[in-house]
Amino acid sequence: MDLFTEGEPIHDTRAPDGPIEERWDQRRFGGKLVNPANRRKLSVIVVGTGLAGGSAAATLGELGYRVKSFCYQDSPRRAHSIAAQGGINAAKNYRNDGDSIQRLFYDTVKGGDYRSRESNVHRLAQVSVEIIDQCVAQGVPFAREYGGLLDTRSFGGVQVSRTFYARGQTGQQLLLGAYQALERQVAAGTVEMFTRHEMLELIVIDGVARGIVARDMVTGEIETHTADAVVLASGGYGNVFFLSTNAKGCNVTATWRAHRKGALFANPCYTQIHPTCIPQSGEHQSKLTLMSESLRNDGRVWVPVAKGDTRAPGDIPEDERDYYLERRYPSFGNLVPRDIASRAAKSVCDEGRGVGPGGLGVYLDFAEAIARLGRDAVANKYGNLFEMYERITGEDPFEVPMRIYPAVHYTMGGLWVDYDLQSTIPGLFVIGEANFSDHGANRLGASALMQGLADGYFVLPNTISDYLSGGPFEKVGDDHEAVVAARKTVTDRIERLLSIDGDRTPDSFHRELGALMWEYCGMERTDEGLRKALDRIRELRTEFWGSVKVPGENEELNQALEKAGRIADFFELAELMCVDALHRAESCGGHFRAESQTPDGEALRDDENFAYVAAWEYTGEAPVLHKENLEYENVKMVQRSYK
Amino acid sequence: MGMKLTLKIWRQKDGADKGRMVPYELEDISPDMSFLEMLDVLNERLILDGEDPVAFDHDCREGICGMCSLVIDGTPHGPQRATTTCQLHMRHFQDGDVITIEPWRAGAFPVIKDLVVDRTALDRIIQAGGYVSAPTGSAPDAAAIPVPQADAHDAFDAATCIGCGACVAACPNASAMLFTAAKVTHLGLLPQGQPERYGRVTAMVAQMDAEGFGGCTNTGECTAVCPKGIPFETITRLNADLLTAARRS
Amino acid sequence: MSWTYPGIGHNFPDVASRSNTVTAPRPPRAAAARPGSVYRSSVGKKAVMAVTGAILVLYLVAHMVGNLKVFLGRADFDHYAHWLRTIGEPALPHRVFLTIVEVVLTVAVILHMWSAVSLARRARRARPVRYAVRPAAREHRYATHVMRYGGVVILLFVIWHLLDLTFGAVNPRGGGAEPYDKVVADFAPSHWYVTAFYVIAVIMVGLHLRHGIWSAFQTLGLGRRRRQRGLRLFAGTVAALLVIGFVSVPVMVTIGVVS
Repeated sequence: MDLFTEGEPIHDTRAPDGPIEERWDQRRFGGKLVNPANRRKLSVIVVGTGLAGGSAAATLGELGYRVKSFCYQDSPRRAHSIAAQGGINAAKNYRNDGDSIQRLFYDTVKGGDYRSRESNVHRLAQVSVEIIDQCVAQGVPFAREYGGLLDTRSFGGVQVSRTFYARGQTGQQLLLGAYQALERQVAAGTVEMFTRHEMLELIVIDGVARGIVARDMVTGEIETHTADAVVLASGGYGNVFFLSTNAKGCNVTATWRAHRKGALFANPCYTQIHPTCIPQSGEHQSKLTLMSESLRNDGRVWVPVAKGDTRAPGDIPEDERDYYLERRYPSFGNLVPRDIASRAAKSVCDEGRGVGPGGLGVYLDFAEAIARLGRDAVANKYGNLFEMYERITGEDPFEVPMRIYPAVHYTMGGLWVDYDLQSTIPGLFVIGEANFSDHGANRLGASALMQGLADGYFVLPNTISDYLSGGPFEKVGDDHEAVVAARKTVTDRIERLLSIDGDRTPDSFHRELGALMWEYCGMERTDEGLRKALDRIRELRTEFWGSVKVPGENEELNQALEKAGRIADFFELAELMCVDALHRAESCGGHFRAESQTPDGEALRDDENFAYVAAWEYTGEAPVLHKENLEYENVKMVQRSYK
Repeated sequence: MGMKLTLKIWRQKDGADKGRMVPYELEDISPDMSFLEMLDVLNERLILDGEDPVAFDHDCREGICGMCSLVIDGTPHGPQRATTTCQLHMRHFQDGDVITIEPWRAGAFPVIKDLVVDRTALDRIIQAGGYVSAPTGSAPDAAAIPVPQADAHDAFDAATCIGCGACVAACPNASAMLFTAAKVTHLGLLPQGQPERYGRVTAMVAQMDAEGFGGCTNTGECTAVCPKGIPFETITRLNADLLTAARRS
Repeated sequence: MSWTYPGIGHNFPDVASRSNTVTAPRPPRAAAARPGSVYRSSVGKKAVMAVTGAILVLYLVAHMVGNLKVFLGRADFDHYAHWLRTIGEPALPHRVFLTIVEVVLTVAVILHMWSAVSLARRARRARPVRYAVRPAAREHRYATHVMRYGGVVILLFVIWHLLDLTFGAVNPRGGGAEPYDKVVADFAPSHWYVTAFYVIAVIMVGLHLRHGIWSAFQTLGLGRRRRQRGLRLFAGTVAALLVIGFVSVPVMVTIGVVS
């Protein structure tokens, strides 16, 4: 049987034609509006309360829509956006260093290895400017210069200083800003908050998204919630690898359930492997911790020149160290984009020059920065990151170089959306990391926060009105057959999971699936490996449904049951990721196919055959591929070079 | 050859159950494990033994989301200062240790199951006024609001609160004062927070009281256990603002 | 189920209905702020405690200074005691000033205790289930014990002290004696246990003040990070001077320096 079949191409019909600078204005002008008095008759469900979901729910509430907001955590403030450390990009050009909307647009398209949609990225760059204004007005305590004005720093893959930051906790501060705006709306009565609720199914009626089925994680009650539109802001699917920098609860269930109901899933194989994570310390490891990329501003990455050199780092003289990023990429040095830095680390470790346990690590050395800037200045800039490193490893980065290794961090793929951020199911909008639209095959540092907030504060609230203006929508009762059916799917699945009563824990399956994905669908992928992975995933999935053991019952707080349900969806996603990775026989961004590389080991794109977005349709059997061709009118496609 | 430990864990089936301490023996615990990874090991075993695994809250496991809790040997987030439970590593324990694990104890934080408590009271304190009313789109240019670096610095120190509730758990009065004061201070120090400054503090304190938290008596237990080291000064600032608010009203 | 919009006042049919609605307990909502409600808040009660505490500390300083007159001899001491009753004469009738002071002190003590008791009761309600393990020592664990239980000890002491030296009910010389005689009789070497009790109680007052004075500054919003060391030092010094001043009289009587 074929792994997939090819269907009709797909197009984004929402982005206006004309000069790229004017498209967003044109779209806003072209879209229909909803009269303020009518907004409160329209309801919207928002799933997820990260930067995208939190800001969207707050803004929709401010506009006057009736919003229901859902998160699986005990508070909307805990969504994993909170863990983003480094910063947020904005084309403010406060530094007068040549930045502009045009340059941010260009950098993002180039950084994404020419696999993103031009109009979306340009809009992102335009909106970036407003985000900073909005966040400052909310009281986000960005870093300041002595004069009281905003400070910025530079980040991987760019040569301007456009990243705004709040120490090493930018994501936290931005999320708390959105969270506070959200709680303000909860108090005002425009947003109803459902914490400890997990979306388990999408309700689609006559091809239109009309609600969700959610489980109250405290009582186990299966609830149906209907609305006029559904917004998914449920984040990425990096946890398919088990070990990642995502929070333990991050999962693909919301988007995967929507995919099964007809939403196309785009570019699932585009995974970002972050170069600066703390290496794994043992078998028991439950997650990986990122050290902000901003560390690469002052830290120098190196490994010993000689293979198997086990001397302490301090004992290795300067001329026996290989500062391989500075050597291979003289113009960007330690600040090359993430995909390049990660692969470079993997290749030196593959050569046997890795450091630390298992040889899976490279040094990130601050000795030179400490000598140049002084210990205090370094502590001021990176103090909390150094402390975090010391807490986890027991080593002081002021004394010995950090050891870092790449880890799964972000997923550029996600549900396919048009310029309005609407999926292929009318009424279903997808924002933030959960969609695929802005980062192409690789995301630049400090761009995730930018995209999440752009979507939530500025894009979705402007585009969703065009859809909602088509209302009033027919009222949907709980007894509607589609609602009843969706509910039954959920209860059946839970009953099935609870009744297997096998002999393996959910986590043991997740670990095995993760190891498989990391090995064959991680930093380097091959035709042979991916085929092997597909076979193994299918076997493992069968084993899961035959021998997983989920204790307890549904009508209680049951964390093992929550996990099992998520893992079941990860199995299906993993298969699609491998199929996507297999069909894309080129290297681009975070997707590196060993068969497609330049003589000196750099990723080799194949624009002639693969300059498209791969949007997959769920069929239950072999998925159907729909291609959206990428046309570049404003940026010329060239082979990326950071040398 | 890892550590051998005895855990005494609070088990409570649901809010109605009375609950009790249950001892568990664990062997072969690596010092490189985090505390929660050690509990993962226990839960994997419990599942295979057909027992109910221990429910505990956790999410990011990197010390920032504020979801993890646990009172370990009487101290919220355990023995290591300025560290959340998820970042606490077993190298801080000795072979043969007996470790007692309890949930946050406060009337305003009812136990949901085992070590999981309901902290939505903290969200409601924020709802009462822990924000700047800045509707999307209404903001002036970011550079139009200069903030003295020292104020930005102090505001940041307060803004790092992760809302975990350890301050409440540690306070002999089960007061949520440090949590409330951190937000009052963060916004009260910034120019953006000025228009709502005094209304905010009054409303947030009233909500804190309505939730059934205890009153602050300046014991300082809160800052001692705060994983983010929120300074005690925030409480003093709240007091000052509240008294000013009272004079103005 | 319907949604009510504050400020708009209409009810809209709930299009986004929710099945199997659980009737969750309504989350507590703070009542709208009324003038004066701040002082009934938990923070307001602390402010009441701080202000009344400050009044009591000022009184203690004056009281201690007066006590030290005992070292100037019987005549000076008794004269001073008599003068207290005549302050403000002839503008004020006899003993009126002293009565005002007594009333202010009584009100201050009552408010101080009312705040303390209501905060203690609130604290008890706020933690219905106690911890199985209490940590050996954390930051200022002693503060609550010294303030709360120490406060009770101080109250008992003050009652005894009034019965002893103000009303003379438990004084060996009875109520009618001259102040100097009452003091000397009270702390005579044979009554060493009275002296010991007095000293212990005064030290308890000192510990109460060491935290209390510092705490009052925090409660009144006057402490800042940079001032903390200074405030601790100030509180400690005032407490120590008061203890030394108060303790010196009975101790000197007991060892026979004053007789």
